[in-house]
Amino acid sequence: MSASKIKFGIVVFPGSNCDHDAYHAAKHVLNQDAEFLWHKEPDLKHSDVIILPGGFSYGDYLRTGAIARFSPIMNEVITFANNGGIVVGICNGFQILCEAGLLPGVLLRNRSLLFSSKHVTVRVEHSESRFTNDLTAGDIMRIPIAHGEGNYFADQETIGALEENGQVLFRYSDEFGEITDTSNPNGSLNNIAGIMNKAGNVMGMMPHPERACENQLGSSDGKRIFDSLIKSFVLQAA
Amino acid sequence: MYQSTITITLRPSILDVQGKAVELGIHTLGMKEVENVRIGKSIQMTVNAPSEDEAKRITEEACKKLLANSVMEDFSYTIKSV
Repeated sequence: MSASKIKFGIVVFPGSNCDHDAYHAAKHVLNQDAEFLWHKEPDLKHSDVIILPGGFSYGDYLRTGAIARFSPIMNEVITFANNGGIVVGICNGFQILCEAGLLPGVLLRNRSLLFSSKHVTVRVEHSESRFTNDLTAGDIMRIPIAHGEGNYFADQETIGALEENGQVLFRYSDEFGEITDTSNPNGSLNNIAGIMNKAGNVMGMMPHPERACENQLGSSDGKRIFDSLIKSFVLQAA
Repeated sequence: MYQSTITITLRPSILDVQGKAVELGIHTLGMKEVENVRIGKSIQMTVNAPSEDEAKRITEEACKKLLANSVMEDFSYTIKSV
């Protein structure tokens, strides 16, 4: 972290395709530092936040995220996370975090069997996290999704713990914030769209906030998640 | 050398939406007797191991560490000398 800017390290796997969106959001919209991190180089280059971006790492072969999880840089990412470093996984990045065991559960095939690419509405569950501290519980955000495997699943014990610990940050909802089956685009249990780990430093979500940081892209709601993250560093430094 | 043939399927507690879609297709063909269609993966690999027990150990390790995700999948395998 330089004097006033946070450094976002954006991991590039073979098949990542939202790496440039994340870079653009961090560097040009949020006015922070950003650098790409090639997956074969086990060096996080003093990043403050690691982003595992969306895409189709390794062609989604075997299972989404299953092979990327063993890329050389992932040992560094896991160590970084276990030491309290901030890691954000978006879409394929969320899938990789689950495969790596940094977040619980898995992302199954969408119940429709269709790849779903559209704007959805998600409800913010609470503001007691570094990813949502600039938001308010009940806020509705309009953010795009683009995935074929976004159907969040975990055993009942794990789901119970996520709910009890406040680890569910975002749920698919209708435009009024009602959690309904018709607003659930993929079949995720409890309409889960995004979760964090128990320690609160690793977050994964299927919707793409980095693609919703500017009004000309249809929504700037996603920026509020990054604003929260930046605010958490400012609070930490204060 | 040994050949492992691994079968990976979604755990019984998980709704297999692909299996359901295929089951519907089979029913459309008139075969109403067919039920419980589950889609899985079949993986074949050769293992250079000095014994069948060692080939089994390596196969299981590969399944547990990479080929199957125990949160959602079960695996089974057969091994033969080649």
